[in-house]
Amino acid sequence: MDILNGLMQGFSVALTPMNLALCFLGCFLGTVVGVLPGLGPPATIAMLLPLTFKMDPTGAMIMLAGIYYGAKYGGSTTSILLNVPGETSSVVTCLDGYQLARKGRAGAALGISAVASFIAGTIGVLLLMLVAPPLAKLTLAFSSPEYFALMVLGLAMVVLLAGDSLTKALLSMTLGLWIASIGTDLFTATSRFTFGQTALLGGIEFVIVAIGIFAVGEVMANMEPEKPVEMLPVPKGLKNLLPTWQDMKDCKYAFLNGSLVGFFIGILPGAGATISSFLSYGLEKSYSKHPEKFGTGVIEGVAAPEGANNADTAGAMVPLLTLGIPGSGTTAILLAALVLWGFKPGPLFITESPALFWGLVASMYIGNVVLLILNLPLVALFAQLLKMPGYVMYPLILGVSIIGIYTSDSSIFQLGLLVLFGLVGYVMRKLDFPTAPLVLGLVLGDSMEKSLRQSLMMSQGDLSILLRPIPAALLGIAAFLLVVPLIKKFNATRVQMIDSEA
Amino acid sequence: MNSLIRRGDFWAGLVLAGLGMHIVTQAWGWDYMTEEGPGPGFFPLWYGTVMVVLSLLLTIGAVLKKVPGSQSKQVSWGEMRRALTCWAALAMCVAILQYIGFMLSFGMLTLFIIAGMFRRPLKEALAYAVGGGMGFYALFSWALDLQLPVGSLFQQFL
Repeated sequence: MDILNGLMQGFSVALTPMNLALCFLGCFLGTVVGVLPGLGPPATIAMLLPLTFKMDPTGAMIMLAGIYYGAKYGGSTTSILLNVPGETSSVVTCLDGYQLARKGRAGAALGISAVASFIAGTIGVLLLMLVAPPLAKLTLAFSSPEYFALMVLGLAMVVLLAGDSLTKALLSMTLGLWIASIGTDLFTATSRFTFGQTALLGGIEFVIVAIGIFAVGEVMANMEPEKPVEMLPVPKGLKNLLPTWQDMKDCKYAFLNGSLVGFFIGILPGAGATISSFLSYGLEKSYSKHPEKFGTGVIEGVAAPEGANNADTAGAMVPLLTLGIPGSGTTAILLAALVLWGFKPGPLFITESPALFWGLVASMYIGNVVLLILNLPLVALFAQLLKMPGYVMYPLILGVSIIGIYTSDSSIFQLGLLVLFGLVGYVMRKLDFPTAPLVLGLVLGDSMEKSLRQSLMMSQGDLSILLRPIPAALLGIAAFLLVVPLIKKFNATRVQMIDSEA
Repeated sequence: MNSLIRRGDFWAGLVLAGLGMHIVTQAWGWDYMTEEGPGPGFFPLWYGTVMVVLSLLLTIGAVLKKVPGSQSKQVSWGEMRRALTCWAALAMCVAILQYIGFMLSFGMLTLFIIAGMFRRPLKEALAYAVGGGMGFYALFSWALDLQLPVGSLFQQFL
């Protein structure tokens, strides 16, 4: 009953003309971002974040979330037509999507991708609505030690899944923790790592780091001369974009698989949409009657991963909103946005800010319908965006980045930091350092330190407070997750040495 | 792993080890524990130490790793030069922003990227530079009422 009441309240918020317009704008921008291979949702959300400071937070969150899940819809277009994924989560869609397009079934592939995204996205939101409130109630008893342990676990999982090198991911995270501690210590008023700059006493704004690393770093990484790509044509007319009844029948399990795998993998911090799309593709192939045909252009090979990467978005909202733990770079930016607007995501978020939570949930239902409408008849229009040259797009991204930072603080010093973090982002990309752990370390660092210090204040410095059942269990899992790859690596090196000796 | 990353790992490890050492040294000067609990040096000392250890591991790993020459990918210095040129142009744009204002500095940045880096015709680059600068100014300064820098050189004329 609570859920139904909440949902009714949510629709009354989401259906106001302004919020509807913002939902549409977010979905539209998300689709554009998804279609353009050089621009991702974290960069877009980070760039637009400073512009939302004067907006109503609910409307702003509806728009930013629209960009997040809208990009997942748009990402498949380039995978199918160009064999180039618009988003990393659409990599697996290339396998069968592009093959279908080459066989002249681009319309069916684009259509089933939109339908699967709609079905899985809607099921994902339904599950979010059912799972989030009880989970929040369950964690109401959490205090500082539990929060600290939860944040350690969140970081451990993210770091584990962040890239090829665990060392680099951990270093990236410690760099984020360091940036988070720059400024005045709120407990003792000691200034830390300010290098004598008064402008750093208040710390480094999250948006500067996020825009620098994601937007400026991405522009720099994309500066190489463009290679011409051959795009397959989009069939004309809505009728040619609609999947056949047989296609829908073939995909019935793929829809369910994508929805469930996507949502539950999405809940795990760090797992991300890429993993969920690969998993659902693998699962679909494993129980298919014709697994040998996967990769040659089967419709289920498009529906399952596309469904999964959309349901993943709703799953990722669960730890973000109920625990205050983001699972990726994009959700870390959304968390920072909520904090900047004065909200405190966590167990009390749903009860303290019902209009925002339920408004967001309702807007996601609406957004999925909007995206289905945008992505079926207008897909040909969005495909035209691929013809937009990089030399037009890159200055625009840099311009929005400069404006975003300047308008939030009117400080040239902050713009200097933006330039600096742009270089850091580029170097990290070039050296294969994952950027998501840095952002997560930065977002969680401050509250993690606060929780740890509060815990130790409670216990007068006795670390055994972290051995209470819940924190001990969470820290144990975190330690296990960090130790397992080290053991695996050690074992692999040992085997390699034995082999080479032999 | 390509040769750039190998060398990059080595230098990145050294730089981060230096940063880690700085963090540890600074944290050492702050209270680790106070009467009320952990002090401002508590948390940085821990993650600073972790940073030093990890970055040394990265450096040592880069030194010890042997990659056959045929497997190492060629470094594209041209691509890196382009990226760093773009970065330098952005830095210049930010540096002169306070003097000549957003419209002119952004216009110059756009012109440089399109005509200088992408070798597009000057007329086309000029059109994008003027259109972009004015478009942004119109949208943000007039439509959204967000203050963009006018530039100290032009302030007297306003």
